[in-house]
This record gives sequence, structure tokens and C-alpha cells, in this order.
Amino acid sequence: MIRTEELLLNVGPQHPSTHGVFRIVLKLDGEIIKEATPVMGYLHRGTEKLAEQLNYTQIIPYTDRMDYVSAMTNNYVLVHAVEKMMNIEIPERAEFMRLIVMELQRVASHLVWWGTYLLDIGAMSPFLYAFRDREVIIDLFNELCGARLTYNYMRVGGVKWDAPSGWIDKVRDFIPYMRKRLKEYDKLVSGNEIFLARIKGVGIYDAQTAIAYGLSGANLRCTGVNWDLRKQEPYSLYERFDFDVPLSFNGDCYDRYRIRIEEIVQSLRILEQAVEQFPSEGETMGKVPRVIRPPAGEVYARIESPRGEIGCYIVSKGKAEPYRLKFRRPSFVNLQILPELLVGQSMTNLITILGGVDIVVGEVDC
Amino acid sequence: MTELLQQALTWQNGLIFLGWAVLFLFIVLGFVTYAIYFERKVIGWMQFRHGPTRVGPLGLLQSVADVLKLLIKEDTIPQKADRALFILAPIITFVPAFAVLAVIPYTPSLYFADLHVGLLYYAALSSLSTIGIILGGWASNNKYSLIGGMRSAAQMISYEIPLVISVVGVVMLSGGLSLRTIVEGQGNNFWEWNLLPQMIGFVVFMIAAVSELNRTPFDLPEAESELVAGYHVEYSGFRFAFFMLAEYVYVFAIASLTTVLFLGGWHPPLAILDFIPGLLWFMLKFVFVVFFLFWLRATMPRIRVDQLMSFGWKVLLPLALINIFVTAAYIELFLK
Repeated sequence: MIRTEELLLNVGPQHPSTHGVFRIVLKLDGEIIKEATPVMGYLHRGTEKLAEQLNYTQIIPYTDRMDYVSAMTNNYVLVHAVEKMMNIEIPERAEFMRLIVMELQRVASHLVWWGTYLLDIGAMSPFLYAFRDREVIIDLFNELCGARLTYNYMRVGGVKWDAPSGWIDKVRDFIPYMRKRLKEYDKLVSGNEIFLARIKGVGIYDAQTAIAYGLSGANLRCTGVNWDLRKQEPYSLYERFDFDVPLSFNGDCYDRYRIRIEEIVQSLRILEQAVEQFPSEGETMGKVPRVIRPPAGEVYARIESPRGEIGCYIVSKGKAEPYRLKFRRPSFVNLQILPELLVGQSMTNLITILGGVDIVVGEVDC
Repeated sequence: MTELLQQALTWQNGLIFLGWAVLFLFIVLGFVTYAIYFERKVIGWMQFRHGPTRVGPLGLLQSVADVLKLLIKEDTIPQKADRALFILAPIITFVPAFAVLAVIPYTPSLYFADLHVGLLYYAALSSLSTIGIILGGWASNNKYSLIGGMRSAAQMISYEIPLVISVVGVVMLSGGLSLRTIVEGQGNNFWEWNLLPQMIGFVVFMIAAVSELNRTPFDLPEAESELVAGYHVEYSGFRFAFFMLAEYVYVFAIASLTTVLFLGGWHPPLAILDFIPGLLWFMLKFVFVVFFLFWLRATMPRIRVDQLMSFGWKVLLPLALINIFVTAAYIELFLK
């Protein structure tokens, strides 16, 4: 009689495919996963508690460090929440700047996802191609605010820096460049038989499950739920622009892949229109009191980050510091479905599914 | 060489053989050093990088520096590892890699042994390396390396069979298992090589060969994104270097074997180019095959284990069998 045991395998916290310090404890039968327990918190820095001692402008750099792949959208959700509380008018030029950097950031973030996802699946080159193109965006940000990753760019009432001369033209030039590249990537990757065989039909869930778990972003839209906050609850200037929300209906990793690629295309469309309509003159900071003291009360603001719905909930007692601040981080919420998806899958699919969810551990642990 | 082989073994002959073997060892080691350099450069260029540039002119000494680093590293053996097997595993992987090179003919006169069962010898010895990989995976007492080793076992068994069966067609055409006979059976024009008549066999052989080499897209035993490094997770220093060395010597061996079996060995692609020495033609084809392997690595994602198995058994094996049947029919109808 052969005795077989379950193999308890500890994946992470130091593992090349967990995208940072994230750990999953697996019970394996051969290579089939019987049970998966994610362990989080290795990157917990207590951002929300720290924020209670800081005034609102001081919190902005902390948001950069949550989702460090998409710092601009994090900046925005905080300043947007405060502005909503205080009813601050934002100058048009500032709002345009915000929108342009957010959409550029979405493209950059999806590129990082695309590159690392293919690296997870075993293809090395796309990773370097993606980072080369992201570099163009990073350089644009660098020129704008002097930072490559943690920008600290937005302020309550506007943005810190105006666009340097010629910056908008560079953004304009970037759009056709990126479109050309996307076509190349489609040729190289999207038609690759091995790649398709790896991701088609893997990690399927339906719309009901997705909604029950509170998924958002591409993880929700791949099940056919038309939910994009840029359309559903337009913030910033998104109402002015013409773009589509890519949808698909199978709910597998391939659909999530397609949606993210399609979102880059749509972001480029928004950018194209935004650059055309960009006001040639104007203020970049609205009228804001020197010390920001929102009136006592509560506010919840949410926007569409590249990873899904990022929200900021502020309780103010009328002081310069928030009484309580809470971020709804899409990576954290999207990750909750993982144990359910993994059961019955193989070791290899673990990487495919985890990568497909698109997490940033800085945001999961916050 | 032929005369030497036919003489009785004396001290003098033995020494000459030893001298040749040592010389050849250095050629192969030189190849491995620069194959790694070449791989890093080629893949670097494909990915808009420079590859190694720092050590030596154009980075030519990079691999030398890497090997040196590996040699002076501390030799660690995990406490709970099976010591004897752990030490034995890299050797078992590494020795057959060199042993298979003996039967490969480079030119009509340059070869070490003209065995009548050359091809069989190659297939038999190269599959021994798998045992080393499984042993290494088992003896490390690490779960990742165990999974890597087991994957390797499954993969090798599944792909050894189509690999051997795919060359049966070549053997049928040339009428012998000796690699020298096989090359001599091919002609001085590229349509007289085994490449075109044995197209199916060639494709199956190439795919199975890449899998045998554990290279992308079949690098599952060391799949870095899942298994970190697979069977050699716990190995460091020169023991790790032995595994790597074996891997690259097999690249050398498979590229030579492909050249011999399908690309006409030392024969030129067109009869009018006959004035160029055969060794040069051999090297050219050989480098092309090596380049092809590196090229694959820069392009392909990794296949999944279950897909690998079904592909090996359900696609490659039937194709190889069909190839035998077609070749047999061809010989029966046209060559008799």
C-alpha cells in the first residue's frame, strides 16, 4: 500500500512571482492545489493610522507609496475626497493636467502588468519591451514633477507644477508611438499559441461571484459587468471625452488580459482628445485656504484606478488632520477571491491566476 | 583517426587518445563559455539591451568571471540533504553530457568513435542525465526542487520517445545507426540532405530536442516563476556550475546531432560551394541551430505541465510514427 501525503508548500514571502512580499501557503496533492491560504501584511506600514497625525497635504506622499505602480490615481483620490468635502473649484487647466497624468499613469501601469504577467508565464522579452515604453511615460512625469515613481504631484485645489513648455507636445507624440508599439506586441504575444493555451479558460468566475467578492476594474469587467467609474460616476473631466469601456464575458485570464490591453487603447483615445482640448492658459491652483480644514463630516470619494475602484473615506472633525482616514484599495479587495479560484488548479495556474488579478503588494498591505 | 581506432590499444595510442580527449574537453569548455556569452548578447540585443560589456573587451571575459565566481563560492550542502546523493547528482548529470560527444563526426576524418550503434548510444546516455536531475531534486530535501525533479522525470520520459522515434526515418533512409553513415548518406546539395525528405521528423526532433534540453518553452523543471529554480534550488558554487555546464554541453551535443542527422553534417548546401572545407560548413550549421535555440528563449512563454504531457504523447508521438510509415512507404515505392 502506497502512502501519499499532502505537500505543504510555502510560496513566498520571497518568491519571484508573488510581486513583492506576499505569501501563500498551499496544500498540494502532486501539483494540484487542495487549499490555498494567502498571508498578507508583510508590507503593512500603517498608512491610515499615520495619516491621523498629518495634515492633508502631508498625506499625499503617503498615497504615492500605496500603489506605487499607479501613484497619480492615488494622489487624485485623496485630493478629490478633500475637495468634495470643501467644495473647492478646480481651475480647468489643473483638471486637464490631472486627467492627462492619470491616463498616462493608467497606460504605464497596464504596461507594467503586461510585462510582469508575461514574465510570470515564462516569456522574458515582453517585460523589457514594456519597461522601455513605460520609461517614456516615466520621463514625462520626471520632467513634470521631478520624480519617477512617487510623484507627490497633486494638491488639494490643483496640481503642484504646471506643464513645462513643450510637455504637451511630447504627450501628443507619445500617442502614435504607443499605438505602433501595441500593434507589435499584439503580433508577438497575443497570437502566441502557448500563451493562449496557458491563459484561456483559466481562473474562471461569473458575474455573481465577482460582485459578491466586491471585485472591480478589469477583474469585474471580464465577467461582462459594465462598471467603470469614469462612466458610471464621472469625476474630473471624463464626461467630456469619448471613450469605450472594454467588456468581455468569459471571466477567464485571457479576458482580463484583453481588457487591459484594450484599456491602453482607450486611454490613448482619451489622451488624444485631452491634448487637443488642453487650455493654453490658466491657473494650476484654485483658491484654497492656507491651512486646509474641511468642515466636520464624512466623505467617500471613489475613482477608477488601473486596478479597480480605489476609494478614500475621510471623517473630519473640522481640524487640519483627519479624524479617521480609510482607503478602499482595489488590490486588497480583488485578492480576496484568490483562495476560491486556486482550489483544484495546478501550481502553474497559481502564477497565471495571481498575475491575472493584478495586485500591487504595497496597496494590498497599505 | 580511423587508423588509430583500428590499431590495438598500446600505451602510445592511449596517450594520443587522452591528448585528443583533453584537447576536445577544452574546445567544449570554450564553446560553453562563449555560448553563454553569445546567448546573453543575442537575447540582450533582442530585448534592446547590450548584454555583457564590462568584463574584458566587449564583455568577452564575462563568462570566465562568472565561472571563477562560482568556483570560489562557498560549497554549501543543506543540513537535512542526503549528502551522498547530493554530491553525486551533478556528476551523474554532467558525465553523460560529455560522453555523448564521442560519437559525433565533425568531418569525414575528425571523430572519436564510429560506433555502429552511434545514435542509440547517444539516446541511451543522454537519458542518464535525467537520473542526475531527479537525484538532485530528491536529495536537496526541498519541496521546490522535488517538484522540479519530478517534472523533469515526467518530461524526459515523454519526450525521449518521440525524439528517438523521429530519427527512425533518417535511419531507414541511410540504412545504419552509425552517425558517420548517416552523414555520408546525404549529398552535396541541400535537397539531398535529410531535412526536406524528413521534414516531419525534423520538426518533431527539434521540438523534442528543445524539451530534452530543458530550454524555453519547455523549461518547466527549472521554471523560475513557479519553482524559483526547480531542481537546483539548493545547489551553489561549483556543483551548480556542473548542472549549468551539463546543460550547455547538451546544447552543443544537440546542435551537433541536428547538423549530423538533418542538415547534412559537413556537406555544403550547394555542390559548387564544395571548395569551402567541411568543418566550416559543419560549424556554420551548428551555430545556426544554437542561435535558433537562443532565439526561442527570447520569444516564447513557458508551456504548462499538463499541456506538455498531452502535447508529447498525443501530437509528437503520433507524428513521429506517421513519419516512419511515410518513410517506409516511400522507400518501398520509389527506392526499391
